[in-house]
Amino acid sequence: MSKTIQEINDKIKQGRAVVCTAEEIIQVVKEKGLKQAAAMVDVVTTGTFAPMCSSGAYFNVGHATPRIKLGGGKVTLNEVPAYAGFAAVDILMGATAIPDDDPRNKVFPGKFAYGGGHVIEDLVAGKDVRLTAATYGTDCYPRKTLDTWIRLADMNEAVLFNMRNAYQNYNVAVNLSDRVIYTYMGVLQPRMRNANYCTAGQLSPLLNDPYYRSIGVGTRIFLGGGQGFVVSHGTQHNPGVRRSELGLPQVPAGTLAVTGNLKTMSLKWLRGASFTGYGVTLAVGLGLPIPILNEEILAFTAVTDADITAPVVDYSEAYPNVKPEILAEVTVAQLKTGEIAINGKRVITAGLSSYTRGREIALILKAWIEAGTFLLTEPVAPMPASDSGYRFKPLTERPWEGLPGAV
Amino acid sequence: MSKKKVVLNFPPHLIDQPITYRLIAEQGLKVNILRARITPKEWGNMVAELNGDKARVEAGLRFLADLGVEVELLAEEVRWREDRCIHCTACLAPCPTRALYVNRATMKVGFDEEKCIACELCLRVCPYGAVEVAAG
Repeated sequence: MSKTIQEINDKIKQGRAVVCTAEEIIQVVKEKGLKQAAAMVDVVTTGTFAPMCSSGAYFNVGHATPRIKLGGGKVTLNEVPAYAGFAAVDILMGATAIPDDDPRNKVFPGKFAYGGGHVIEDLVAGKDVRLTAATYGTDCYPRKTLDTWIRLADMNEAVLFNMRNAYQNYNVAVNLSDRVIYTYMGVLQPRMRNANYCTAGQLSPLLNDPYYRSIGVGTRIFLGGGQGFVVSHGTQHNPGVRRSELGLPQVPAGTLAVTGNLKTMSLKWLRGASFTGYGVTLAVGLGLPIPILNEEILAFTAVTDADITAPVVDYSEAYPNVKPEILAEVTVAQLKTGEIAINGKRVITAGLSSYTRGREIALILKAWIEAGTFLLTEPVAPMPASDSGYRFKPLTERPWEGLPGAV
Repeated sequence: MSKKKVVLNFPPHLIDQPITYRLIAEQGLKVNILRARITPKEWGNMVAELNGDKARVEAGLRFLADLGVEVELLAEEVRWREDRCIHCTACLAPCPTRALYVNRATMKVGFDEEKCIACELCLRVCPYGAVEVAAG
């Protein structure tokens, strides 16, 4: 029994498609078995809502009178620097950007109260944001400075563009040192007093399609409350890692680059975040529909939290120094009880990914498909697969030694 | 019945005396110690909730003042802003009294004000500003 995306889309248009969330499908498979469930279910929806640092947004702010060339100048939005190395009025705001006068970690740990993630949140909320620019004048773009309020509706294009999201599996962070450490995985108490994890587990997009059989360039997704698309595999995509018998990567593996119209997104699903002592980022809601083309694809979507293991990594020593040491492996089911055991020691767990919001995204995506307002897409090109040899390399430094011949 | 959250500041010469015991035994108050820090030769500090009928609580506070204990009403309290919370559960680990908790079935975070001792450890852990200190 196999189906095509075209056949599933026809059913969606007729309002006949059967859709389950990645949570609901577990029970369906248990009750009906793979064969019957694959024949019955057309789409499984996934969802995740977590901080994703490689997020950003680009904007075309429109031409002022007289014209100004932001390209090559300095531009800020609410005092947060935007990248302006493009044409006259195109700018890019990254989630982790912070104002030049932010004290950073000078008084440790820094608060990082406001940054690029918050600018994106404020724009999506419809708030006025202050745009400033200082640049050089040209014959065609004579103006040199700009200081104006602007809001999302004023922009020509406003596009969320995230070069890496939806990490397939992630580390569980602990701290073996004897001082508190402040990381992108949260505040970690000394001597392994807590463990922070960040995965949507059985709802996670790429853990429900571990070999990327249904995902590729052009796949339509839920993004930030609107509809977006997969651009390609994301940065640091690393599909060739070791996997369990079910095909689940046991360490961080695949990633997605995604994009979507920011003007269709909502505050609930894009939230600026301040990590004490670390910096600013953006929490992004992302949901991926998985077309049930055959039994094999369905079997992958029946993954449970008990099947998924995550590596426990020391963020005081192993992580900063790129040591491959893994202290233990724990299942997401264990992590979600609030306590795990590592080498006989009981450790409190806390999440950074919102499971309840991930569930809500999967349900929204399900409702869109059932209502016929969201159609599935045929991937234009596949993602680099687990046997492709594609891998994520560290930086090999070749220190600069001065200009040849210089004295 | 009256319930008051207070900050008690003990001058160094009082810290070897069983004042909390006397507050309970002699003044007849229910004392719930929320937080305390007592070190030799330094000012001690205790956050406590005093329970009893109104007259007793007032008498207890007079008793403390007469002994030289500086009494302040707890001016700050931690508030949980559900509208800002994304229910990630990051705040659960540092909360010593489980005032911040999660319903494991729904994975939704909640806040029990009664259990909060205003230690403020959650403030720097929440990335979304969903816990804040406000005047009590």
